Amino acid sequence: MEQRPCYHCGESCGNQSQSYDGKDFCCTGCKTVYQIFRDHKLDYYYEIQEGAGRTPVPAEGKYDFLDDPEIVGRLLDFQDGTHQVINLSIPHIHCSSCIWVLENLHKLHPGVISSQVDFPRRQARVHYDTGRLGLKELVQLLSAIGYEPSITLEQYSGKEAKKDRTLIYQIGVAGFAFGNIMFLSFPEYFETGEFWLEQYKGLFRWLMFSFSVPVVFYSGAGYLKTAYKGLKAGILNIDVPIALGILVLFFRSTVEIAFDLGSGFFDSLSGLVFFLLLGKFFQQRTYSYLSFERDYKSYFPIAITRLKPGGGEENVPVYQVVTGDRLLIRNNALVPADSLLIAGQAEIDYSFVTGEARPVRKAAGERIYAGGKQLQGVIEVEVLKPVSQSYLTELWSDSAFSKSPKTAFRNLTDRIGKRFTLAVLTIAFVSAGTWLFIDPSRALNVLTAVLIIACPCAIALAAPFTLGNLLRIFGKRGFYVKDTETLERMAQANTAIFDKTGTISTTQKNSIRFTGIELSESEAAVLKNVLRASGHPLSQALYRQLAPYNIVPLESFEEHVGKGLEGRAGGHHIRVGSREFVQAKGEGSQTGTEVHVSANNAYKGCFTISNSYRDGAGSLFGRLANRYTLAVLSGDNEAEQAALEELLPPLTPMYFNQKPKEKLLFVRELQQQGRKVIMVGDGLNDAGALAQSDVGIAVSEDASLFTPACDAILDSRQFARLDSFLVTAHKAIGVIRLSFGLSLLYNLVGLYFAVTGQLQPVIAAILMPLSSISIVAFTTAATNWIGRDLGPNANKLLGKS
Amino acid sequence: MSVIYMLLAISVSVALLFFLFFILSVRKGQFDDSYTPSVRMLFDDELVKDPAERPSDDNPKQSN
Repeated sequence: MEQRPCYHCGESCGNQSQSYDGKDFCCTGCKTVYQIFRDHKLDYYYEIQEGAGRTPVPAEGKYDFLDDPEIVGRLLDFQDGTHQVINLSIPHIHCSSCIWVLENLHKLHPGVISSQVDFPRRQARVHYDTGRLGLKELVQLLSAIGYEPSITLEQYSGKEAKKDRTLIYQIGVAGFAFGNIMFLSFPEYFETGEFWLEQYKGLFRWLMFSFSVPVVFYSGAGYLKTAYKGLKAGILNIDVPIALGILVLFFRSTVEIAFDLGSGFFDSLSGLVFFLLLGKFFQQRTYSYLSFERDYKSYFPIAITRLKPGGGEENVPVYQVVTGDRLLIRNNALVPADSLLIAGQAEIDYSFVTGEARPVRKAAGERIYAGGKQLQGVIEVEVLKPVSQSYLTELWSDSAFSKSPKTAFRNLTDRIGKRFTLAVLTIAFVSAGTWLFIDPSRALNVLTAVLIIACPCAIALAAPFTLGNLLRIFGKRGFYVKDTETLERMAQANTAIFDKTGTISTTQKNSIRFTGIELSESEAAVLKNVLRASGHPLSQALYRQLAPYNIVPLESFEEHVGKGLEGRAGGHHIRVGSREFVQAKGEGSQTGTEVHVSANNAYKGCFTISNSYRDGAGSLFGRLANRYTLAVLSGDNEAEQAALEELLPPLTPMYFNQKPKEKLLFVRELQQQGRKVIMVGDGLNDAGALAQSDVGIAVSEDASLFTPACDAILDSRQFARLDSFLVTAHKAIGVIRLSFGLSLLYNLVGLYFAVTGQLQPVIAAILMPLSSISIVAFTTAATNWIGRDLGPNANKLLGKS
Repeated sequence: MSVIYMLLAISVSVALLFFLFFILSVRKGQFDDSYTPSVRMLFDDELVKDPAERPSDDNPKQSN
């Protein structure tokens, strides 16, 4: 059977299957990794998970900069003599096999002392001995087995912020105090006035008091601070009644035990803080291996090859590149700064920067902008502007990046918080005022009781649990949202703007059309083999689409950089490439990229490669059009306009040749008209618009790889389901409103006891946790219910992280 | 003195001891990665197929 999956990577082998050791491999790369693993007795790798591997990418010379001790020093985590420790981020980590093999690195090379994988962060922490293994060799070793680490400028320019564990400590303290206070207050719930109890009452109560001090002033400190900040800024957020509740609980309880008036509410107090913090913890859960804050730094290489004036090469950090430097840009490498082409044939892919799908050819003396990727061969350039002032990086100086327009957003809970606080204060003072006439001695009691019982614990929990759970449901289905606030903004949006290249259209699949004289079978076989020998993206795209033929050894093959390929086999001479190269006649078409073919010096015709749109894009737009105003912003030219018009609902506005800055301004203008904008994009060219929009969604083929700064990352396979995610986010707001209603009911019951002056500690201790727990149960069940029609999990392992 | 005082002292100190362990474990990073250890613990049995292969394997995974 030809279509057996590759034993290493699980991809279909096609007609290139190589058999080794009784197993099929799709390419030599995969076979080599298998050999490495087998030779080191690591073939258990294939037993844990089938086809878990990845084809290694040759990285010749790519990591030469890791020879520079200064660069290495900045990347390292720890160094002591020859012992070095580094945290490498490896995007390919995705299953148990990966964890296993990376933690057994010491079997592959004796220089590795130990390694430990952090799966949720997609990181491996490697201890190694520089005497036997340098960082460069380590990285090359990882690349050779298909686990290429991503080393970017971002890691170089700043160390990761220390892990913030404050919340876990706060929860620990609150939970510890809550449990102990519950034990200590239990006797008083039922046995009031009993002899022994009276004996030790004071001791028990002061113990409870001492447990609750850290709860209020350490665990609850966050609420007190935000409430204070809110009041200072004149905002009544939800933390104000919470902080009020906490403080009143604490001081009233202290007064009660000090003057022996009662047992106080320390149990309710610590329980309240504990549950609130749990809610916060749930809300803060994010996808630690995804980065939502990336800018050009994580896209740029750390170091670049500089040509010394007197000849010779050296590796220098990108930041040290200055105007006038001569740089060597290798095949498939990025141009890090605006520069002038000096020597070589440049073919620059700007798709990531501008959205333009077609590579651009540049001749010596022409300008190349930073962020372009050199596709073929080696070029030499002279730097015109340093990295930080280049065309691409300048976009980041726009105000959309420096100030965050999103911080002004007030979430549903805070909006309710204002009315709620006013209502609670009114009830508290009115009922206390009324009691002044009936029984003045109980007025203060009633006032504090109202503030205690009305503490909006359940309201504060409703949104974190609903949205936090939804975040997880979305994540399991390939839609990774940064935080719960993004979900709320998503539910409010009324405008959706799409980028074209890479967003609506896919770069993975092209549709190819042939016009001209049909090639004979033997000619087609030679053509296929000629294409196979080339690494150019167009050849690769064409190669994948052509029908499989047997491998014919080429008698001669030549790649003319920037022009085309020619090859000879079995009496046929095939030339394939640009119009001039093949000497075709006639006018070029404007609808896509062309590849011309001639056989034995006779022109045969051309392949037109055009964008193909993602599956289900048309129906997605149809459904979205009912709820949202749509628009398309493309950095590409108008070539695809007709095809887009077919895809989109009639009269959808389309804008072509949009520069990154223009996209940003377009979004800003819509916002000034009061629209809430969702921007869906994919590349750095959309970064400005994504940052400016209310919700920026980046579409990515692989969520753990590069995405520009955004609020949410959508797995491209889920693109056609975008509308159901948006609808579900909308429904979630409904769930929150329902739980607000539910918790108000609890509050009414509690207020009855408080206003009538009969609030016992035991009632508070029952009512407050009960309301919190039932809200948590209700929201969890409800979100699972509204998330049920989102379909099955996209990736089980990813969801667990 | 009443036995209650002693019992209280014992119960509180036991609780404090556990609390201390919790703080220490957070500090050592036990709560940073809550997923990988659950997978890792399943490997160890199958790890060594050929025990004579690598004697230096005694303690491959020490802490940070």
